[in-house]
Amino acid sequence: MKSLYRYLGITGLAGLALTLFWVLVSFVGPLIAPYSPGEIVNYDVFLPMSWEHLLGTDYLGRSVLSRVMDGARFTVGLAFAAALLASLLGTGLGLFSAVSGKALDESISRVMDALLSIPNKIFALVMIAALGSSIPILLLITAITYTPGVFRIARSLAVNINQMDYIQVARARGEGRIYLASVEVLPNMIHPMLTDFGLRFVYVVLLLSSLSFLGLGVQPPNADLGSLVRENMSGLWEGAPAIMAPAAAIISLTIGVNLFIDSLRSSR
Amino acid sequence: MSDLIRVENLRIVARGDDDQEKTIVKNIEFSIPRGEVLALIGESGSGKTTIALALMRYARRGCHIDEGSIFLDDTDLMSLSQPALRSLRGRRISYVAQSAASSFNPSMRIMNQILESTQIHYSMSRKAAEAKAVDLFRVLALPNPETIGSRYPHQVSGGQLQRLMAAMAMITDPELIIFDEPTTALDVTTQIDVLRAFKQVVQERGITAVYVSHDLAVVAQMADQVVVLNNGEICEMGRTAQIINAPSDDYTKQLMAAAHPVLTGVAETNENDESLLSVKGLAAGYGKIRRDGRPAIPILQDINLSIKHGSTLGVIGESGSGKSTLALAIAGLLPSSAGIVKLADEVLPNRMELRSRDQLKRVQVVFQNADTALNPAHSVGRILARPLAFYHGMTKDASDKRVRELLDLVHLPPSIADQPCTRLSGGQKQRVNLARALAAEPDLILCDEVTSALDTVVATAILDLLKELQRELGISFMFISHDITTLRGVCDQVIVLYAGQKVEEGSRKNFAAPPFHPYTNLLINSVPELEQGWLDRKKHIRQTIPANADGQQLCGFLDRCSVRIEGKCDKQSPPWVALSEGSEVSCHLSGEELKRLQQHSLQTPTLKPASSNAEGG
Repeated sequence: MKSLYRYLGITGLAGLALTLFWVLVSFVGPLIAPYSPGEIVNYDVFLPMSWEHLLGTDYLGRSVLSRVMDGARFTVGLAFAAALLASLLGTGLGLFSAVSGKALDESISRVMDALLSIPNKIFALVMIAALGSSIPILLLITAITYTPGVFRIARSLAVNINQMDYIQVARARGEGRIYLASVEVLPNMIHPMLTDFGLRFVYVVLLLSSLSFLGLGVQPPNADLGSLVRENMSGLWEGAPAIMAPAAAIISLTIGVNLFIDSLRSSR
Repeated sequence: MSDLIRVENLRIVARGDDDQEKTIVKNIEFSIPRGEVLALIGESGSGKTTIALALMRYARRGCHIDEGSIFLDDTDLMSLSQPALRSLRGRRISYVAQSAASSFNPSMRIMNQILESTQIHYSMSRKAAEAKAVDLFRVLALPNPETIGSRYPHQVSGGQLQRLMAAMAMITDPELIIFDEPTTALDVTTQIDVLRAFKQVVQERGITAVYVSHDLAVVAQMADQVVVLNNGEICEMGRTAQIINAPSDDYTKQLMAAAHPVLTGVAETNENDESLLSVKGLAAGYGKIRRDGRPAIPILQDINLSIKHGSTLGVIGESGSGKSTLALAIAGLLPSSAGIVKLADEVLPNRMELRSRDQLKRVQVVFQNADTALNPAHSVGRILARPLAFYHGMTKDASDKRVRELLDLVHLPPSIADQPCTRLSGGQKQRVNLARALAAEPDLILCDEVTSALDTVVATAILDLLKELQRELGISFMFISHDITTLRGVCDQVIVLYAGQKVEEGSRKNFAAPPFHPYTNLLINSVPELEQGWLDRKKHIRQTIPANADGQQLCGFLDRCSVRIEGKCDKQSPPWVALSEGSEVSCHLSGEELKRLQQHSLQTPTLKPASSNAEGG
């Protein structure tokens, strides 16, 4: 524990704790939630916090605690899957691009630049308008939105590593491109790419939440944290915990991951 | 004389990742009288830079001064507050770092950077400071002292930058200057100029200085007192003459021995005239190939050489002379634009992509910097096993056995195979680097400055290993170096490159005594000798003013040649002349003339007692 503290520092530990907390919630939340997320537990809406309803009730009188626990599953799970997909795709393309010839490298890079130039929310809105909103579509769209960013970082890392003497040695030995990319280059870029993955995850959480807030994300009866904020908007005037709780959840999740990743970066 | 600085019982510790404190240096005690130069000498990791920095009460990140006192005059630096220290640093004590190139800000004019410390300490008006800087430039023998300050760092050469950095340190008239390996990154021919300039200012201005170096020969020129460090402790200290002439400590003796490689190590070449590698008319460069078939930035021109079976060819030249490019072109990593590379009877395609796996196997390259030549993500065993699987299709068991044999061949314990290569020391890495080349079972290994990044003692061991491998396995080497003593120790034949052209070729014996090509002469005479007063005796080695001639067919060394013939050298390209002693040079002067001109600068036997003109040396 002490060494972990030395490694991460106090902010990093706090970040790690928050991250672990949300991962735990998204896994076991639905199992230990006091009520089922769809169940109307009280005829009073926007109740304040009480022992009976720890985070009050929402605009239909459902348990906010249960709904947040259920919603975290969508937010964390979807964001994780999308960030992972974007990282794998981006790293793979970046690596391939860096070890390929000039023409191929240029064309992949320019396509990625074009994608990068489209504002990501607009892109997501247009795609959802055209294809409708469902979990797989959301996953695909967010992954595609964040792939160019990962690609840029992965490619520049790979290009740098590609200049190292040990790559020259392997090239002089007559090794093929796939060997160079996977055995010589990749292991040396895993660490920064993991860091990048963490940051990407935060962006994806925010994008998914904002899409849900606009009503284009996860559709009822399911709800992620973003949709919880949206559906309880009218409670804002009453200061109901129904809107504060999911908003606070998004904030603590993103800040937690961010702090954790940042401390990883500075400790190297 | 009173002592300017006195260090007592200094101990510096570092805090590791595991929270354990590790002592870097301990029990350091010395004092420097005003106006004297003290040298700190030792291998890398001996703590010499740490001690030098501690004289400013500065410790690098993760380190701190644990105990001890540092007195400047009568003030104990350890008792000063941070603001008091700040006003002291740069004003009373200043520092000249090893790499001037990375110490200057590339986006600021040199003058502004030099004046920075006067402005921080408000010690003088800008105008006065500028006048003083120009004065210093003149003393440091910099060209165009009036205007050089308005240039940017990339517009001056490495040697000039190092001198400018010294000017930066001296602008506030500090009482103590710390020189931290100021000439290590320079070519010998540049080093001699820089040393001379340093020595002159130190003497003229009566500066007290600390000179950190790993090179005993350089120290012998600069210092009055020497402190020899080993593993963070002082193992011997005394007057310079005493240390170099009568060292008492075993470690010092070892250092001295490493500074003098034995010249008789090589088994005489077996009279096998069959050449393994022959290169004819090789040209190479960087950038787009132009219409006339030459690259945009030509580096090498018309190189001819041959390496016999089981022999070693040395390639020498300054940085930028095209030595490394030659290795890359032969290996096919940089496609040559003209010329033929023949291995035994096979003509090798100019780019490696077109070479067969067998051809690739037979020529291996060992790169200069083992730190970057070994993949930090792989273990030693994995690095060595790959060429075995790749060239010889070895199975896991067979290659495990072979890896152990290879490690044994380069004198490393078999247990090292499981370690990640980041854990190894510099010398161990270079051995692994070499073992990887051996794993391919090549006929020829191209060694690019394999010992340059290593300490002398370690480098000597690597050279011994090369000779041993050659004896046992009959491998041929091409050995690239900027250090003529190293080359004379290991090579049978030597070629000298200057500006991408070959200017001399001869056997090892030819490089022991004149006649040489004028450039070779400059190289040989610029290598510092372990003898006080050497620098003063070498007064005649001067940079020559560039000749007014342009044109590619002329002698490349024309601009710097001290014996050029006006009206001939700047008009015609030099012929190849076979000298009676056996070597060949590209020069207008005949062997007799060269010999006569170079006779007076003949190498004197080293380790001579200090001569009479060596006082204060």
